[in-house]
Amino acid sequence: MAAEAGRIAVRKTYKLYIGGAFPRSESGRTFEVRDHEGGFLSNAARASRKDARDAVVAARKAFGGWSERTAYNRGQVLYRVAEVMEGRRDQFASEVRLATGLSDAEALDEVDAAVDRWVWYAGWADKISQVRGGVNPVAGPFVNFSVPEPSGVAAVLAPQDSALLGLVSVVAPAIVAGGTCVVVASAAYPLPAITLAEVLATSDLPGGVVNMLTGQVAEIAPWLASHMDVNTVDVTGAPGGLADDLAVAAAGSNLKRVLRLPPAAWTAEPGVDRMFGYLETKTVWHPIGL
Amino acid sequence: MRFEYAPAPESRSVVRLRDSYGLFIGGSFVSGSSVFKTISPATEEVLAEITHGGAEDVDRAVAAARHAYERTWSVMPGKERGKYLFRIARLLAERAREFAVLETMDNGKPIRESRDVDVPLASAHFFYHAGWADKLGYAGFGPSPKPLGVAGQVIPWNFPLLMLAWKIAPALACGNTVVLKPAETTPLTAMLFAEVCQQADLPPGVVNIVTGDGDTGRLLVGHPGIDKIAFTGSTAAGKEIARQCAVSGQRLTLELGGKAANIVFDDAPVDQAVEGIINGIFFNQGHVCCAGSRLLVQESVADSVLDALKRRMASLRLGDPMDKNTDIGAINSRGQLDKITSASQAGEEEGARRWSAPCALPERGFWFPPTLFTDVASSSPVAREEIFGPVLTVSTFRTPSEALQKANATQYGLSAGVWTSKGSLALEMASRLRAGVVWANTFNRFDPASPFGGYKESGFGREGGRHGLEAYLDVVATDVAGTVADV
Amino acid sequence: MDVTSSDSALRRFLHGLPAVDEAGARDRAQALAGRSVKSDAKRTALDLAISMVDLTTLEGQDTPGKVRSLCAKARRPGHGAPPAAAVCVYPDLVPLCVEAVAGSPVRVASVATAFPSGRAPLDVKLADVKSAVAAGADEIDMVIDRGAFLSGRYLCVSEEITAVKSACGEARLKVILETGELGTLDAARRASWLAMVSGADFIKTSTGKVSPAATLPVTLVMLEAVRDFSAAGERRVGVKAAGGIRTAKDAVRYLVLVNETAGEEWLDPRYFRIGASSLLNDLLMQRVRMETGRYSGPDYMTVD
Repeated sequence: MAAEAGRIAVRKTYKLYIGGAFPRSESGRTFEVRDHEGGFLSNAARASRKDARDAVVAARKAFGGWSERTAYNRGQVLYRVAEVMEGRRDQFASEVRLATGLSDAEALDEVDAAVDRWVWYAGWADKISQVRGGVNPVAGPFVNFSVPEPSGVAAVLAPQDSALLGLVSVVAPAIVAGGTCVVVASAAYPLPAITLAEVLATSDLPGGVVNMLTGQVAEIAPWLASHMDVNTVDVTGAPGGLADDLAVAAAGSNLKRVLRLPPAAWTAEPGVDRMFGYLETKTVWHPIGL
Repeated sequence: MRFEYAPAPESRSVVRLRDSYGLFIGGSFVSGSSVFKTISPATEEVLAEITHGGAEDVDRAVAAARHAYERTWSVMPGKERGKYLFRIARLLAERAREFAVLETMDNGKPIRESRDVDVPLASAHFFYHAGWADKLGYAGFGPSPKPLGVAGQVIPWNFPLLMLAWKIAPALACGNTVVLKPAETTPLTAMLFAEVCQQADLPPGVVNIVTGDGDTGRLLVGHPGIDKIAFTGSTAAGKEIARQCAVSGQRLTLELGGKAANIVFDDAPVDQAVEGIINGIFFNQGHVCCAGSRLLVQESVADSVLDALKRRMASLRLGDPMDKNTDIGAINSRGQLDKITSASQAGEEEGARRWSAPCALPERGFWFPPTLFTDVASSSPVAREEIFGPVLTVSTFRTPSEALQKANATQYGLSAGVWTSKGSLALEMASRLRAGVVWANTFNRFDPASPFGGYKESGFGREGGRHGLEAYLDVVATDVAGTVADV
Repeated sequence: MDVTSSDSALRRFLHGLPAVDEAGARDRAQALAGRSVKSDAKRTALDLAISMVDLTTLEGQDTPGKVRSLCAKARRPGHGAPPAAAVCVYPDLVPLCVEAVAGSPVRVASVATAFPSGRAPLDVKLADVKSAVAAGADEIDMVIDRGAFLSGRYLCVSEEITAVKSACGEARLKVILETGELGTLDAARRASWLAMVSGADFIKTSTGKVSPAATLPVTLVMLEAVRDFSAAGERRVGVKAAGGIRTAKDAVRYLVLVNETAGEEWLDPRYFRIGASSLLNDLLMQRVRMETGRYSGPDYMTVD
């Protein structure tokens, strides 16, 4: 962009988002982010395995508080994310357009769809247990009911081919029920992910619920997939061979839940499979009697 | 030493009252043929002139709702409908203090309750239902349930804004449009809600509000353009509507009276039980259809519970509803005060022993002290009929089965309370009580996610939660294969 | 009440007390916290709260200089405020305090019995108490043996309280329950009754060394206990909320809780205390605010 009338633009430093703060990578590394035509956009932090480790600690620390919030409150926070994101509509559209080469209108459509996705999940927060839970008619003098509960900390490998909508579509379902996550953003489109992190940081979402890493999925993901304090891994953003390796590592370490959902257009209604993938079912028995 | 809290009145300046209010039809305020006045029950001052909706007005409102239903609301994607409801939820929260003050002025309830209960719950109700608007296929009523059309809704004066929310939010979320008639004595927050609809840019005609009295309500529920009737009010009026719908075939849900038992066992957490009894019957001056108006105490702890209850009742602060420290506000109308007074007199004449909290009553306005009756015969009207005021009857029981028999021996079945430290007993009682809501170790608890409604003559249909959606969905609609399902 | 004859008698009695429903107790405490106290009532409440403060310093780094300045503040908080109820210190500083508050209504309270953990043999604890009393302490703040309480050795706890009470002589005994370590409100209620039937003049929430310290719900439960004890024909026991009460607003909430739970008879420094240090300055700042009509700042308060 040319500096018109002598005004020099103030450029943003894109950093990681861990535990509610925006640190650089502990490794000191960055990588160049280029637009769809190959022009230089920015340097982004290249997260290391130690950044991933710190992010898991932050996610675990946030899990207790976030999962104990009322579902209503989590819904309000997710809706707040949508509100704040809508306020940065133009900024997101510009970042998406530069990164992907979409037209102005297409980029705006993607942003709008991403905002609406938060609204969709905001509405789910206090309905999940009504749809997913229930009372079980056991043959005996007992009340018996099942409720969904969040599994814990998730590692989410965001899709590589979507700058914003795909990212939101994998992050929101990971946290709506009270889970927390470490996200590895698309290597090609890391900048909207960090801008999204700025939105999350200013939307009453507690620090650590979402931790955003930028860098190379092949470098970071194996550490997350084998991490003994991660409960679920969504391998969407891992290329086929790597996804297999990650699934094996996830299973062989601490029996992580592995989300490998069939590819679908991010613009389609998300359904509930992805959200349910982050849930355990708890069944409670209690006697009835005098 | 005496610790008198100084008066702490909430400021009225947040409310801008108009001299008169029209009807809200087709997105704007329109005048009608005649007017009536709404007063503050705490001071008897006239607050504003309200339009009395007549037959033509109801026609216009139903037509506007029909138009909006067909052209706009029923064809709008649920996702976008939901956004309007989210907007309304946020606007209610933004203007919460204004709504609370206005509600207290018009209704007489303590500002503490309108501020902490009515208005936040109303906002939450819209927020909850906003989320359903694009998820109805997951609610258990088939893959794509359809709305019913135009809903005619008549609400009572005890929770004016909250009952409005309970009616409008699910109706709109499910794709229906509404014509709502607020209660005659409490129309003001509904008119302010109409402003909120305007601020939300809600399409004209989706929400229409026609003020008036019982006659206006009859015109609305009798209107042939109404597909669904939702009524909250007295059992007598509910039966009248049910008779009419029996012939017309209109869909109907009713939320009517109650005479709830609040059962205290000898192992109950006593201090919390006393609070629960207080909250059960004196919340909102007892103007609560699910009020715990019949206290049943296990005989072995009856004396100590009664002593604690009286001590606690004596500390209730009755007076200016606008004062933030007021626990008991004004009775909503002179007519209601007369009903409560005569029911209490009848109780005394029947030989029941009356005890009222020793609190001074203001000279102007409508007031009734928190009152309890002991030595009440089960057959006494004071123990059987809904008083809808701050009047509690107390009787004792010896065994759980006796408590159950006494609790269930009523034509009503809206709610019940159980107080015990034993989980299995609480669940046993819950499973045998014939009531739509059973509270264990709590009372008068409401949440948009929790269905509410009655058994028996307390009405039918549920409001709130997943179950509440059914009242506004065509659950007899076509199934996946396109054939009409048989009920 | 003769329920202290044996471990089993105590157990039967304490476990026969009505249960506390935590959600309900929290609701009630929160509802009372919503009371609005304005103008004259607030002025009265601020002075009452000041007169109920046990101005406390219980640090390893306490020095004679620090404690002298604390005593001076307790005697004359400044800004026209009444004196505090007491100063509360470690036993070795009692003689200094006695001298520093002489001639004023301010009492000297000393923690004892191996404060804050209570982990010492009984004879050491009693020696601790006796030396504080001999040095002139008017009030003794003892800690209960939470280990014994939690393992169900109620008689052990009771006998220790009784022994300490007898070692106190004329000094008033405050029994610290350390509710933050007891786990439940049910346990707080049992510990309250245990302390009362064993001779406590006051029951006190916390040492201030454990989190959570005083909370509104736990203080509510303790106020219910002293109310019910008195209603049962026994003596009037006081309550001391200690730790974590830092603002005037909090203090007034506690007074409302006292007023509406135990009743106005307890609105007296003889029956309700607030153990605090930084609270006093906030009470004073609010007092100045009410007098001058503008907010004060910490620069205008003394550091003691």
